[in-house]
Amino acid sequence: MNENPMNLNDGFTCPLPLMEYKNVLLAHGGGGKLSHQMIQKIFIPQFKNDLLDPLHDGAMFTLGGARCAFSTDSYVINPIFFPGGDIGTLAVNGTVNDLAMCGARPLFLSSAFIIEEGLPMEDLWRVVVSMKQAAEAAGVQLVTGDTKVVDRGKGDKLFINTSGIGIIADGVQINPKQAKPGDKIILSGSIAEHGIAIMSVREGLEFETQIKSDCAPLNGLVETMLTTSKEIHVLRDPTRGGVASVLNEIAESAQVGISISEEQIPVSEEVRGACEILGFDPLYVANEGKLIAFVSPNAANIILNSMRTHPLGKNAVLIGEVVANHPGTVIMKTRIGGSRVVDMLSGEQLPRIC
Amino acid sequence: MRFIDEFRNGKTASAYIERIHAVSTRPWTIMEICGGQTHTIVKSGIDDLLPSSLTLVHGPGCPVCVTPLEIIDKAVAIASQADVLFTSFGDMLRVPGSEKDLLTIKAQGGDVRIVYSPLDAVKLAQQNPDKKIVFFAVGFETTAPANAMSVWQAAQLGLKNYSILCSHVLVPPAMEAILSSPANRVQGFLAAGHVCTVMGYEEYIPLAAKYRVPIVITGFEPVDILQGILMTLQQLEEGRSVVENQYSRSVRREGNRPAQELIHKIFQITDRAWRGIGLIPKSGYCLRNEYAAFDAENIFDVATIQTKESPLCIAGQVMQGLKKPHDCTAFGMQCTPEHPLGAPMVSSEGACAAYFHYGKMDH
Repeated sequence: MNENPMNLNDGFTCPLPLMEYKNVLLAHGGGGKLSHQMIQKIFIPQFKNDLLDPLHDGAMFTLGGARCAFSTDSYVINPIFFPGGDIGTLAVNGTVNDLAMCGARPLFLSSAFIIEEGLPMEDLWRVVVSMKQAAEAAGVQLVTGDTKVVDRGKGDKLFINTSGIGIIADGVQINPKQAKPGDKIILSGSIAEHGIAIMSVREGLEFETQIKSDCAPLNGLVETMLTTSKEIHVLRDPTRGGVASVLNEIAESAQVGISISEEQIPVSEEVRGACEILGFDPLYVANEGKLIAFVSPNAANIILNSMRTHPLGKNAVLIGEVVANHPGTVIMKTRIGGSRVVDMLSGEQLPRIC
Repeated sequence: MRFIDEFRNGKTASAYIERIHAVSTRPWTIMEICGGQTHTIVKSGIDDLLPSSLTLVHGPGCPVCVTPLEIIDKAVAIASQADVLFTSFGDMLRVPGSEKDLLTIKAQGGDVRIVYSPLDAVKLAQQNPDKKIVFFAVGFETTAPANAMSVWQAAQLGLKNYSILCSHVLVPPAMEAILSSPANRVQGFLAAGHVCTVMGYEEYIPLAAKYRVPIVITGFEPVDILQGILMTLQQLEEGRSVVENQYSRSVRREGNRPAQELIHKIFQITDRAWRGIGLIPKSGYCLRNEYAAFDAENIFDVATIQTKESPLCIAGQVMQGLKKPHDCTAFGMQCTPEHPLGAPMVSSEGACAAYFHYGKMDH
């Protein structure tokens, strides 16, 4: 006889998938391996469908003859005000960028606010004004919204969710699976500024010069690129988990190898200094106004040059290429001529001992 | 960035690599003591550029890795208590105890916080008089001065709610333990530059003479490591065995005297168990009796902890230079950074984590 008879009173429900951890850890939200595992084991089996399957920044579909992109994101950043922006600018730009990474022109945004009891009204006002300015700068409209207030202690000042819809022009085919051997990989500018700006205020670290978040809407830059050439195969903004995580996701999704050069990856002096002190690898630190593009080799130069005419792409560089060997793996040529694997981040980056 | 860029310069590195190939005539085995050096070696791909006759083995210099399981379990037990605010350097949070790590305690509602300096923990003690603030004081001689300073400050401030869970370890006794082992294969050392910045290098001179091993105090950037390797190789090839200082931009022979005085004011030398290696006599610091009131092991009832180490993990042999991480049957299989069986797979200085992250999977 079966020693563990099924409890029929509970009805037929799917069992909880076997996870390594019984509780959700912060690292499950870090954009690295644990986030990936949680999505694969908990969400995908239940939500699986053709539009979700590519696991892109947004879903792409045709609606009434128009090709659309649809995306959502929640913003829970602490502190809500930081050098270079606030939770409001981040909430607008984040979703604008997710749509832009689908090759779409972002049009309409929704925004939902979860507000903790006791939040100064002035803080809320500042955030809302920032959102208005960010929406104007990105050329999108905030067309619907919602507010909820939760008990003091049940939220952390302010959480914002934004969703957005955009239109994809004819001939644009952008998707992580499109990365092909031979593709050139372009990075739009110096990395790790957002993550380090947040860390420095959160931890009360004082550096000689203030590092500002790079938070910015990337749709203008993407439009410039797409006007120049449609030979763009993949676009991604390396937010949490940084450049390393995004490259690993693309390598895995398209089953191609990625080869990059450490020397080509721009990191500002201030950010490098902060990373040295904290023991962080800038490849894993978040950006909010940078993009990575995989483009046809024959269009790489004209796309790169067009990017450099845009303020958000003036420091754009070629950082590597897609290769046919070592599929699923990112390999970096080090500055001293060695090579190493660039792994996906596991857990959070934790400041080191010494 | 000065003192960084010139030590990561590709051309300078190539020149050292050429010279290393030129002077090397026989097989040699060199151990880099510090986990920070191990990571530089693997991260910048130095090991692939060296002569195949040269073997680099990775030493015990990862504070996270050698902290005994018993102390981790004690930390977990203390951090689980409701009136405790447990503070630690970030690295220690993911180290597996017998059953849990500190991050799990945090996820279950324990107040576990990452601090950058033990002095921040002292500030927390001032700000939270109704809580017991415990700092996880681990590390080599490098972290000892700041940890000692926190106890000294807490004593000056008359704080009754600050204590440290202390598991300090010392490098020279561990080197002696490796050298005196019958299985030893290490012929030269790259000593840990930051430890020597605090302690100087006088105590290494008798070690080099007694065991006839070259010891080169070495920094942490790729060019530092290459220069350290070259200096060690030159000694080996010429049959010399002395202490030399590659990291002269930071290390002086006598070290940092005020830091040493502070250490000796607060700490005394004690026997210490090293995770994976075992008890090494006179290889650690504990609080002096005058400061016993700041010892978390006296404040909390944690004397009867039972520990359970994974039978698969060969961390001890890895840290003594007897095996490489990929010699372990669990490496990359049962043991990964998300699910570590031993501490070297966790820490940013652990040899197994370095091999895993930087793709040294299939040698």
